[in-house]
Amino acid sequence: MRLSQLEVGETGIVKEFTDLEMSVKLMEMGCLPGEEVRISRIAPLGDPIAISVSGYQLSLRRFEASTIILQ
Amino acid sequence: MKNNIRVALVGNPNTGKSTLFNILTGLNQKIGNFPGVTVDKKTGFCTLPDGRTAEIIDLPGTYSIYPKSKDESIVFSVLADKSKGMVPDLVVVILDASNLKRNLLLYTQIADLKIPVVVALNMIDVSEKAGIKINIDLFAKKLGVPVVPISARKNTGIDKLKSAIAFANSVPLQQDTIDIESIAPGIIAQIKGEMQVENPYVALQLAHQHETLSYLSATESDRIEQLEQEHAFHSQKAQATETVARYNFINDLLYDTVTKPETAHDETVSNKIDKILTHKVFGFVIFFAILLFIFQAIFSWSAYPMSLIEDLFIWLQAGAAKVLPAGPLSSLIIDGVLAGLSGVLVFIPQIAILFALISILEDTGYMSRVTFMMDKVMRKVGLNGKSVVPLIGGFACAVPSIMSTRTIENWKDRMITIMVTPLVACSARLPVYTLLIALVVPNRNVWWIFNLQGLALTAMYVLSIFSAVIVAFVMKFILKARERGYFIMELPVYRMPRWKNVIFTMYDRSKTFVLQAGKVIIAVSVILWVLKSYGPGDRFAQIDKQYAQPQYTKTMTPDSLTKVIASEKLENSYAGVFGHVIEPVIKPLGFDWKIGIALISSFAAREVFVGTMATIYSVEGDADKLQSVQEKMHEAKNPETGEPVFTLAVAFSLMMFYAFAMQCASTVAVVYRETKDWRWPAAQFAYMTMLAYTASFIVYHWLK
Repeated sequence: MRLSQLEVGETGIVKEFTDLEMSVKLMEMGCLPGEEVRISRIAPLGDPIAISVSGYQLSLRRFEASTIILQ
Repeated sequence: MKNNIRVALVGNPNTGKSTLFNILTGLNQKIGNFPGVTVDKKTGFCTLPDGRTAEIIDLPGTYSIYPKSKDESIVFSVLADKSKGMVPDLVVVILDASNLKRNLLLYTQIADLKIPVVVALNMIDVSEKAGIKINIDLFAKKLGVPVVPISARKNTGIDKLKSAIAFANSVPLQQDTIDIESIAPGIIAQIKGEMQVENPYVALQLAHQHETLSYLSATESDRIEQLEQEHAFHSQKAQATETVARYNFINDLLYDTVTKPETAHDETVSNKIDKILTHKVFGFVIFFAILLFIFQAIFSWSAYPMSLIEDLFIWLQAGAAKVLPAGPLSSLIIDGVLAGLSGVLVFIPQIAILFALISILEDTGYMSRVTFMMDKVMRKVGLNGKSVVPLIGGFACAVPSIMSTRTIENWKDRMITIMVTPLVACSARLPVYTLLIALVVPNRNVWWIFNLQGLALTAMYVLSIFSAVIVAFVMKFILKARERGYFIMELPVYRMPRWKNVIFTMYDRSKTFVLQAGKVIIAVSVILWVLKSYGPGDRFAQIDKQYAQPQYTKTMTPDSLTKVIASEKLENSYAGVFGHVIEPVIKPLGFDWKIGIALISSFAAREVFVGTMATIYSVEGDADKLQSVQEKMHEAKNPETGEPVFTLAVAFSLMMFYAFAMQCASTVAVVYRETKDWRWPAAQFAYMTMLAYTASFIVYHWLK
């Protein structure tokens, strides 16, 4: 299951990443294996999405979300 | 004199770092540049409780010491480059107490550079309200550094922070956070040995960042590159290992020292606001309403201060004319320097209002929602959600807007934004449009409420946005991406704007504009004055001689005689000669040599058009007398055909030229400053001039 497949309000726990470059940037922002993430909203045009992670809100594009694999 | 100390402020964006900086330094601050790079360096001074003075440097907000944008790359340089003597004696790391986990990443990186650190735990009031309990003594003990809870907004804890700065140790006492050597043992050891670097984390960062660090010599950088090969050092893998290790340290630390309320508390206020402001329908409606409000504000609120500034300069010019003896010097001061200065200062109200409003939107957190909503659309045309801010700013002035593109991390997106921002109808085009529209578009209403002239002006603004989007779309295919684009961005919680910050931004941007644009505009006004006041050979003397003859002095009033002489001289000045030279080139656009002079002088700054028109059609007084310039232009006849010069076709052709041409020396200068390569402003100038010529040509022949 990938983060991009979740609906608004659903949660998951980050397991791993499919893309090294993205993973480095995401991990710096506190989105790393073992963290719980929740989809808080989706932009009006369907992309990007906003997730809540590590106690704050992070926005990322759907493509970037699709590199995050959930447990 | 006691020893003074140098303190650097470091922290994540949106942690209240600049608020703290403003509190510590008061108005006692200045903005300069870091040597060799165009990153603003804000420094200020603060008196400590022991009587010493601390020089405070505000470093750009960053989430990590690994830079993602131009501004962020300065942080490591300042903290590690020992050669320039800029290394601070102490670093104050600002942490958002309500969002400790992510904030601590940067702390652990800074701490490992082994510079003395003091932690300012900001927004302690917000975190307490949210029920987060932090055992500050234990937290400080585990880190091995002083930790001071503060609230920069409420101005609490600042005295304690000042004492902590004053009594901080001069040697670093912080605990190690992670085992750095184990990340890349071979290369760290070798860099330490070869480059006389003591600190293993500095050595590791040199391995990561050597390509972008300006303080390394080419040989040093090449050597590190070689070492990377030898040790099979993979930057991203090493960074990933490091980041995971750091968060393990952070999680352990937070587990022992922080307790959060168990129950997920009610929906936050911020979340409720987001539901409306990023709503599928209302989101865009509100955004466009805000845009409309901004335009209204720029034009209606600035009208009064702008006319005040204009009046002030007319008064100054008149005063100078009385005081100074007539001659070339007084003419230079009045028509060159003062006219140039007035052309710059008159835009301050519009720029100040626009940037005050933008800074409110940024401060409240709304701008990042706009970025969030617009990213998909903007990406389609080769831009980025973050391009929205510079593009809106472009309606006032491209100069500060291009400077604000530094927040765009992606190189390609940033370049495209810089390339298209000058197409947006800036406020310098407004007087040109107003004059030409009033000249050819009838002032009457259609469909009851729409004024025809207003519609024409709106059309010019809409056209500017469309052209920026289309050009961006084309450039998307021309420019090659240097790196992959991404959009990983914090959406900060909504906050009330800090009015001091708003006023400061307003002041700061206006100052940038005056200094950046002002220098160029005044210099060019002086050059223009020379071109207009002197002519080749003895042409001027001959004109004087000719009009000194009785058939002129007897039949004409002295007033009209001066006017005739002035316009005759203009035609024979260097500027007039230029106008005649380029006439064949611009004839297909419907322009004569007089318009040619205006076009040439407008390459300094567009708003010069009205003033030049006033001189050419020899209108007494100043550029502000739009009505009389307009009347003269209306009456102007083509000497060959006897037809009016300014027909609908010519006026619109001219407007097209002003809409597309890069007639702004300050923008050229700022694009060079931001890109550090003459090819960018040159390419921009070339494509915009081509576009202008083509658009004018088509419009002229279509309307003729």
